[in-house]
Amino acid sequence: MLYFTRWKATAIMLTAFVVCLFAVPNFLPEKMVQSWPKWAQRHVVLGLDLQGGSHILLEVDSNAVRKEKLETVRDDARRVLRDARVGYTGLVVRGNSVEVRIREGSNFDQALEKLRELSQPLGGVLSATGQRSLDVTTEAGNLVRLTVTEPALVERIRQSVDQSIQIIERRVNELGTVEPLIQRQGTDRILVQVPGLQDPTRLKELLGKTAKLDFRMVDVSMPAEQAAQGRIPPDDEILYSASQPRTPYLVEKRILVSGGDLTDAQPGFDQRTSEPIVSFRFNTSGARKFAQVTQENVGKPFAIILDNQVISAPVIREPILGGAGQISGNFTVESANDLAILLRAGALPAPLTIIEERTVGPGLGQDSIAKGKVSSYVGAAMVIIFMLATYGLFGLFANVAVAINVAMIFGVLSLLNATLTLPGIAGIVLTVGIAVDSNVLIYERIREEVRGGRTPINAIDAGFSRALATILDSNITTFIAAAVLFYIGTGPVRGFAVTLGIGIITTVFTAFTLTRLIVAYWVRWRRPQRVPI
Amino acid sequence: MRHLRIVPDDTKFDFMRFRRISFPVSALLSIIAISLYFFHGLNFGIDFKGGTLIEVQSKAGAADLAKMRASLGSLGLGEVQLQQFGAPNDVLIRIAEQPGGEAAQQQAVSKVRGALGDEVNYRRVEVVGPRVSGELLSYGVVGLMLAIVSILIYLWFRFEWQFALGAMIANVHDIVLTIGFMSVTQIDFDLTSIAALLTILGYSLNDTVVIYDRIREMLRRYRKLPMPDLLNASVNQTLSRSVITHVTVSLALLALLLFGGQAIHSFTATMMFGVVLVGTYTSVFIASPILIYLGVGTGRDSLSAPDRDK
Repeated sequence: MLYFTRWKATAIMLTAFVVCLFAVPNFLPEKMVQSWPKWAQRHVVLGLDLQGGSHILLEVDSNAVRKEKLETVRDDARRVLRDARVGYTGLVVRGNSVEVRIREGSNFDQALEKLRELSQPLGGVLSATGQRSLDVTTEAGNLVRLTVTEPALVERIRQSVDQSIQIIERRVNELGTVEPLIQRQGTDRILVQVPGLQDPTRLKELLGKTAKLDFRMVDVSMPAEQAAQGRIPPDDEILYSASQPRTPYLVEKRILVSGGDLTDAQPGFDQRTSEPIVSFRFNTSGARKFAQVTQENVGKPFAIILDNQVISAPVIREPILGGAGQISGNFTVESANDLAILLRAGALPAPLTIIEERTVGPGLGQDSIAKGKVSSYVGAAMVIIFMLATYGLFGLFANVAVAINVAMIFGVLSLLNATLTLPGIAGIVLTVGIAVDSNVLIYERIREEVRGGRTPINAIDAGFSRALATILDSNITTFIAAAVLFYIGTGPVRGFAVTLGIGIITTVFTAFTLTRLIVAYWVRWRRPQRVPI
Repeated sequence: MRHLRIVPDDTKFDFMRFRRISFPVSALLSIIAISLYFFHGLNFGIDFKGGTLIEVQSKAGAADLAKMRASLGSLGLGEVQLQQFGAPNDVLIRIAEQPGGEAAQQQAVSKVRGALGDEVNYRRVEVVGPRVSGELLSYGVVGLMLAIVSILIYLWFRFEWQFALGAMIANVHDIVLTIGFMSVTQIDFDLTSIAALLTILGYSLNDTVVIYDRIREMLRRYRKLPMPDLLNASVNQTLSRSVITHVTVSLALLALLLFGGQAIHSFTATMMFGVVLVGTYTSVFIASPILIYLGVGTGRDSLSAPDRDK
């Protein structure tokens, strides 16, 4: 146990040295590190709880996706039946399906065939799973039921999440923060982490808005208040203004031009009133549609609607042919800016809800770092003194091994670009405890062997070989606990699991190699007649 | 230089005799802990219960809790708890989960921000919606089970099944007592508590495995030694190591407890209880003597057969 070939000793020291080297960038000023090659720049990332920032978990509104999907099926069915000139009644969305009753029994088979064609295989032609987007069933009385299958819905939700991630990225990047993290979680969730944010209110507003913009005509055939109390015309609906007091507008359901046709939006100021406004520009088809509508409706009001709220309802004074326009509506400079960001980034395919938020202010983060440092230093100092008092020279060996161990933990954390959280610091402090334990196990075993009557060198040798088996067993059990924590944990808890797991690996490495090597060199140098522990 | 020796060499404590006391005491404590869990309950934090937690720091000196309580109480948010958190100008505000789904939680935060205005710094805001909190709890419970089972399987491979079973009984005992501790102290039970429980599990097992390792070695070496004597010898031989290790771990934990700040206070307090108090006691007074009842070593030699009846 105490004999090392030259190359083996070199390999051990080299490994430890190189791993420790990776920890170096963490302790140098950022400017200095920036000029290094990319692989050498790896460093420990501070978790949001230490550097401050917002962690926001969003969920796609699957009910909205379902509703939209069903409405598409209903519209498709209407188109198909109309094209085939089949008479029908009662085309409705009911639960998870669309139902339609075919009027003439003689047309039934033809209608059924046409409706069946609406059902598409899922996942494209290549991955033939045999699953289709719709289940088509029939019932007595010429009733056809088109049910949206669960896999089809899941696929639609996945697509929504993918599109939403791109849009959110565009929105968050406009905030100009460093290294935001936006990623999918599960099927219907999106995790957004933005470090170093003082106040997440604005971020949440940017995330929470669907930003669906439509231009629609205002129905002036009756006052909105009257319509709200009595019968609303079937092609109209009542929407309210975004600003207080909330005034109702009777607007047509038909969308003239939508936000999807915008190519650009910029905040600015109205030249006459110097109010903040948002100016926008349509693409070619949007410009054509907008020109046609404004030509036909001069003198009538139209509504600019964002997420089902009327922002403004100006009267068309003259045809707008250039494909550009502006929105004014009690904006502040900031809200005009935010609306421009939202319009440029595009509308979310479905509304997102915030289901979890964790925000740490920068002040608390700095306090936590300071406290983490103090407690680590104090803990380390107490352990070092205790080990020196208990084992003397061998205590010194143990302290050196533990110090290298901690440096290696930082090295591995840097190599993995791992995140260091406050519980992560606790994990490192606890690792110091485990690392010391491995030395205690070895030393106590050596003492036992000495008492058992072995010669010093013999006892040291036997002590190592017997204790190492125990160290391996006991560390594997703790490692299993850490692995489970990593698997189930999120955020800070995962940070704890990472440092604990890495700490166990480096501890086993140090116990098996470095501690042995140090003691082996000492034995060769001093040829001890008695073991000083 | 004379070194510090906490445990003298060659101790000969009769630990196994204590099983007649330690087993009933542990059983009683476990029952108390379980009934505490059911009748007194745990103080579930927002991670598992849902709701909002806001840590604020008043800008002008010590926070006026009464005034804050009055202004927040009038917001119609149901139960609002205020608590001084560390320094006198730090206040922790807890708001129960709001009825009305995910969006309602966010509105609660805006209301609090509106009511407290610019008089405070917002140090931390955590909002956990109803959906996430349910998932987090089931993740935590599943994780704990998973850890126990996988460790058990590992021990089963490395030792005999009796050892695995003994370790598991010791394990569950630790977890149950720690949950009892959490119930008595009403420490916030959140995700970090699950982390603490898992670490206690790992540590306590670590200790148990060290003693079991020695027991296994002794079983191979002394084929005729009666089981209680063999177990006593094993525990005594590893006693010095156990004590020294626990002193160092306690020193590290003590530093975290004293200087680690409020954010990890409940975590370290739980660890202190679990690792130092329960973990040590369990491996010596529960995990080792239970091997007698599980029939370890009975098949070694016919001469040691009388031990079985003890």
